[in-house]
Amino acid sequence: MPVHPGLYFYHYYFNFLYLLSDSEPQKISTATIQRLEQSHVHFNNGSVPDDVFNRSSLLTIRGFTIMSVGGFLVGFGTRYAGGCTSGDGIMGLSALQWPSLIAVISFFAAGILTSYYLLPIVLNL
Amino acid sequence: MKNIRYLVPGALFGIVLCKVEAVSWWRMQKMFHFDAWHLYLLFATAIPTGIISLWIIKKFNIKTVNGEVINIPTKKFNWGYVYGGIIFGIGWAFSGACPGPLSALIGMGKTVVIVIFLSALIGTWTYSYLPPKLPH
Repeated sequence: MPVHPGLYFYHYYFNFLYLLSDSEPQKISTATIQRLEQSHVHFNNGSVPDDVFNRSSLLTIRGFTIMSVGGFLVGFGTRYAGGCTSGDGIMGLSALQWPSLIAVISFFAAGILTSYYLLPIVLNL
Repeated sequence: MKNIRYLVPGALFGIVLCKVEAVSWWRMQKMFHFDAWHLYLLFATAIPTGIISLWIIKKFNIKTVNGEVINIPTKKFNWGYVYGGIIFGIGWAFSGACPGPLSALIGMGKTVVIVIFLSALIGTWTYSYLPPKLPH
């Protein structure tokens, strides 16, 4: 009995849907999580920590700094540096533009220092 | 209908950002703490892909859908790359998202991220009023 050609379509379609589905929970190693738990952020297997990223926390200094100030700095810095992680980081480096490399080094250095030293202070506010 | 050519690559980019977990605040913190290599590997595969794509575009003189020549302007160094990079880096570590993942997170149903997105828009608007006064 030959297989109906339409079935092939469904086969590929369901494989495609499978690719889009959620994979297993992020296997996030514990060192960072433990450090963040000390700052009252609890790992939830999701994309963002619900402790901070919720509507009521917008009215607290911690939530406001993380979301509103963080967002403002992202937008402002992106324009100032002529690109973001995709514009400078991926496209700029792909086009071998050395100013982009300077920007990438700057934002990685600032990100690492912030995540180590500034973020715990803000999360404990 | 013509604008569908922006929609398709944009949607694909969003799917990729979700699948590689570049939208994850946790992943970002782990990247900054050198706990996980996922996002560094993302850069390590994306950049060679970009180099090869740009090389193919140049070599075969590929045009846009409208027949325009693809022209990548050469960036000229100014100190804005350093200052802006530092400002962006601080915001990046706070919000755990750069502009692409911000939009993807809203699509994932994290409605509160709309606030971060609007804050980022206010940031870009603020910049457009300030440049003569900023050091470059």
